[in-house]
Amino acid sequence: MNSRPSVVVFDYGSGNVRSAQRALEHVGAEVTLTSDFETALNADGLFVPGVGAFDACMQGINKYKGGELVDRRLAGGRAVFGVCVGMQILFDQGVEHGIETRGLGQWPGVVEKLTADVLPHMGWNTVSVAPNSKLFAGVESERFYFVHSYGVTKWLLPDEFEKTKAPQVTWCEYGEKFVAAVENGPLVATQFHPEKSGDAGLQVLQNWLKGLK
Amino acid sequence: MTLAVRVIPCLDVDAGRVVKGVNFENLRDAGDPVELAKLYGEMGADELVFLDITASSGNRETTYDIVRRTADQVFIPLTVGGGVRTVEDVDKLLRSGADKVGINTAAISRPDFLQEAAKRFGSQCIVLSVDARRVNGKVNNQLSLQTNDGTATPSGFEVTTHGGRQGTGIDAIEWATRGAELGVGEILLNSMDADGTKDGFDLELISLVRKAVSIPVIASGGAGKASDFAPAVQAGADAVLAASVFHFGTVSIAEVKRELAAAQLTVRQVN
Repeated sequence: MNSRPSVVVFDYGSGNVRSAQRALEHVGAEVTLTSDFETALNADGLFVPGVGAFDACMQGINKYKGGELVDRRLAGGRAVFGVCVGMQILFDQGVEHGIETRGLGQWPGVVEKLTADVLPHMGWNTVSVAPNSKLFAGVESERFYFVHSYGVTKWLLPDEFEKTKAPQVTWCEYGEKFVAAVENGPLVATQFHPEKSGDAGLQVLQNWLKGLK
Repeated sequence: MTLAVRVIPCLDVDAGRVVKGVNFENLRDAGDPVELAKLYGEMGADELVFLDITASSGNRETTYDIVRRTADQVFIPLTVGGGVRTVEDVDKLLRSGADKVGINTAAISRPDFLQEAAKRFGSQCIVLSVDARRVNGKVNNQLSLQTNDGTATPSGFEVTTHGGRQGTGIDAIEWATRGAELGVGEILLNSMDADGTKDGFDLELISLVRKAVSIPVIASGGAGKASDFAPAVQAGADAVLAASVFHFGTVSIAEVKRELAAAQLTVRQVN
């Protein structure tokens, strides 16, 4: 019996998928690089990378029915991890160069250009970790590698829900405050690149794998 | 929450081997870029740069292999530059596992290359590498200067090729600005005057480029001791790069970070 969790790195034509694959393997996952719907649906975890423009990523996601894939996985309580633009497309909408693109709408909110003197926000920054975060367990005060010019500066959901657990939001600041990570049941996402954040990033990936069955 | 200054070692790689001598104990093979990359990662490097100086295009496969093997084992960002001429070159390097690709000479004859690459792969992974030199400046390393016509550029700095031996007549500051306009995500600014002198970075050059662009600037050339790095950051660099001082063990990455921290600059500490 294979005890290693199976993870699909969703290969829809965006990003340095090789790094994500190797980093996940390094922390113990059985990784498949594919855009095949059934394989991605049935894996223990789905890792959604993403670099470049929001609209280009959405084109790739739509081409491989990524929206339906994420919906069906979440309906079954199965884990999904979006990274960088792979996180941004989980929100309602992205606005880049005046182009408005619909995202997957898992969370309300708009991805917009950050206000800062120097962009992209490129390099290692600290984050203000959500209380009781499982994703950041053990690396709460570490730095993580960011490279992006766009982000979500307004989180539109309440901090507490009456009957269910509200998403846990981790923040970063560069010019202004923006969402660095969200933990929302089976759906988690980071704006930074855990696969490029050295040992701290590997710990985040390992924390995620721990929750997979 | 402050973004940390990045400290970046640069490895010159020729046909899969590190060229400039490397002086580390505990390395099985000091000429293996993959081993060195791992070691630098453990020592706290915030990123790595490979400069491919392989002359023969037949040996380019070796470079892709090195990049693949490095990306498999080192989980910090890796930039690869040197001899990148086409969008296909960029694609191959990114697919091999490079996070960013440095473009230099090819963009001088065809600036649109920068735009094509940035559009296709995203600004964040395209780095414009600028080899700048003072026009009529001091001659370094006994290289013979071949300026176009000897007239000064507006900033007094010009873009060079062939490791600083040949001038282009293009103003270095204007070129950096143009690169940013064409969509590159970062400038790797190498002072050909300071390069190899170990007298410190060219602070004037750094500060001029910083004022001209709003993308990150990596300062390179001239580092000789740990205290050389903080002035480069104070002049406007977002990241500092060096090669031989790290390879020869003259200064360690930890020492550079200590000096930066002592100058009230933010760094990433690695245990």
